[in-house]
Amino acid sequence: MLPFLKSWKVLCLFDRKAYTQQVHKRGEFMELIIGQLFNGMSVSSILLLIALGLAITFGLMNVINMAHGELIMIGAYSTYLTQNLFIDYLPSSMFNWYFVLAIPASFLIAFAIGLILEFSLIRFLYGRPLDSLLATWGVALMLQQLARTIFGAPNVGVKSPTWLDGGWMLMQGVVLPYKRLFIIGLVIVTLFAMYLYIYRSHAGRRMRAVMQNREMAACLGISTRRVDATTFAIGSGIAGIAGCALTLMGPIGPALGTYYIVDAFMVVVLGGVGKLVGTIIGALGIGLTNTLFEFWTTASLGKVLVFLCIVAFLQWKPKGLVAMRTRSLD
Amino acid sequence: MKRTRLYHALLLIIAISLVIAGCGNNGGNSPAAPVSTNGETTAAAGGGEDSDEIKVGILHSLSGTMAISEVSVHDAELMAIEEINAAGGVLGKQLVPVIEDGASDWPTFAEKARKLISEDQVATVFGGWTSSSRKAMLPVFEELNGLLWYPVQYEGLEASPNIFYTGATTNQQIVPAVSWLLENRGKKFYLLGSDYVFPRTANQIIKEQLKAEGGEMVGEEYTPLGHTDYSTIIAKIQAAQPEVIFNTLNGDSNVAFFKQLKDAGITAQDITTLSVSVAEEEIRGIGVDVLEGHLAAWNYYQTTDTEANKTFVANYKAAYGDERVTADPIEAGYIAVYLWAAAVEKAGTTDVDAVKEAAKGLEFDGPGGKVTIDGDNQHIYKTVRIGEVQADGQFKELWATSEPVKPDPYLTGYEWAASLNSGN
Repeated sequence: MLPFLKSWKVLCLFDRKAYTQQVHKRGEFMELIIGQLFNGMSVSSILLLIALGLAITFGLMNVINMAHGELIMIGAYSTYLTQNLFIDYLPSSMFNWYFVLAIPASFLIAFAIGLILEFSLIRFLYGRPLDSLLATWGVALMLQQLARTIFGAPNVGVKSPTWLDGGWMLMQGVVLPYKRLFIIGLVIVTLFAMYLYIYRSHAGRRMRAVMQNREMAACLGISTRRVDATTFAIGSGIAGIAGCALTLMGPIGPALGTYYIVDAFMVVVLGGVGKLVGTIIGALGIGLTNTLFEFWTTASLGKVLVFLCIVAFLQWKPKGLVAMRTRSLD
Repeated sequence: MKRTRLYHALLLIIAISLVIAGCGNNGGNSPAAPVSTNGETTAAAGGGEDSDEIKVGILHSLSGTMAISEVSVHDAELMAIEEINAAGGVLGKQLVPVIEDGASDWPTFAEKARKLISEDQVATVFGGWTSSSRKAMLPVFEELNGLLWYPVQYEGLEASPNIFYTGATTNQQIVPAVSWLLENRGKKFYLLGSDYVFPRTANQIIKEQLKAEGGEMVGEEYTPLGHTDYSTIIAKIQAAQPEVIFNTLNGDSNVAFFKQLKDAGITAQDITTLSVSVAEEEIRGIGVDVLEGHLAAWNYYQTTDTEANKTFVANYKAAYGDERVTADPIEAGYIAVYLWAAAVEKAGTTDVDAVKEAAKGLEFDGPGGKVTIDGDNQHIYKTVRIGEVQADGQFKELWATSEPVKPDPYLTGYEWAASLNSGN
């Protein structure tokens, strides 16, 4: 490193042009590093958003929920519906605010569908991972077909609100798009709300009690049925929020869920089933390494390398990054 | 114990999901609804020479991934058949369509093609979309000496004696588009495509052409089908500072790419993007606001200004709904039926060899302008058009060749393409 620096400095003493070029190059290099770090954070935030709901339904409840992607899709279509309602019934000056309403609307619709799903199917499948895997996969196919019947097979368009257009110029050559910043903010808010609910509320305490020791919780008078239903519905609702946010970045079609489901499971498994902190670290790890590999190699190869790293890591630590300590025998 | 089982189950899911993701995105489009008619055939009493009906096969994916694109072509072909029947049919006989569903599955295409030729004894088949489906049907048509009309632009390097290609080959879409871009938009190209046969073949051709015509490739990038995050690719594009992005992405990836390109502050004024898989239908799903000003290369647009097109668009909307749009492959499917009918009239019979002979040099005034069948390779002469996306979701034609371009699937007319042919 030192000899290189020396020769470089000596060179620059004599050659002004080479010096400015070097400085310019280093400036570009910094831009790239900062830009890529931001991209990595942004990809992580999207991964975290799609995985948060699954961290509850799969992580806490051990339901292998293959329909998670379709709950994301429901969130996206809810946003589309909200947009259309605004176009049809409200003056165009109000249009920009549809997105503010779309977030709770997506949450509530996905929440309701999650509730119906839990009541009609999932509750019969607790503790039977393989059965729940197959059943929820069937539900996923049905929901996709339903979306096709209602909205048609082609993608639908969601016009993002104008206040999210453009970006924040951090420095020359590095623009942070408002949409990506917004998603990072949305993730932080969602995480904080989840933290408050799970660790700081009565309902959350009951939920943790049931997930940790169902029999004991039932003996102490907790209605495990009601806790199961709300927990699953909340996981579904958060998937809905993810779907709403994804309309800013990607396609909105019946197959939307299939693009994200593998990534969502990867994040939860890598992070360690059952721990929110693990999910956060998992998302950050996958997001940052993915952008890094993709930048160095190509998109296809980058993904392969990330998967290889995950497989290798899980060989070393089969329980994921943050393992849940438990006294129950299983 | 429970944990181990859980992880086994998990491995299973991941395997299954990867398979689904793989199959589901095969064509690059989202799966579409099965639009009934699965295997439903219109019964017709005998299709022989003596009856007053002629049976023709229509073989598209009406279910599965590709239905989203192929159903529209199927509709246009049915419309052409109805129009011909209303005008008195072919050789005084009514055309009876026999509809089969390829189900976005390539072996099914081959199987149904065999059924149409041997069992239903159709006079000809209109069908296919993906190159894979065409490649699957090709041996069947050659073996049974059937006749297939294939309506989609493709990567060239093929000329079966039993197939008529009514979509563009590379020298009728990609090659002229690259020349036009070099002349009008800049020399530095960035090639971006989905990771499968068509984009890689197309980019191989573009690279040779750039070398020969004084362009420069500053980057080449492929993403898996269904890829949804383009932030890193866009960073690479920004670092490479191209003047033109040549986009061969397919399907849903286009939505993510264009949305994120706009977010990164890159507009059509900064870098021109030319796509070869974005037509009128796709614009609606991507959103006009992010596509406005970007370019596409096709042979036909809904706005193409010909008399034939005005009637075509009006009839299509009247038949299938006002919100439907026409696009290049839809037009190619439509003219295929008319070209075949004209060839049969000229031959006086539906016999495949006689029809092929009669088709040589046949002309037709289609919605996209005059087309002529090239007797040598059974492609058609087509006008090449570069269009710019307008605020209403339609294309404005920026440039068109003064006359239809002679099809050259093996690019024999281009010196720089010599190495491509020897390589294949």
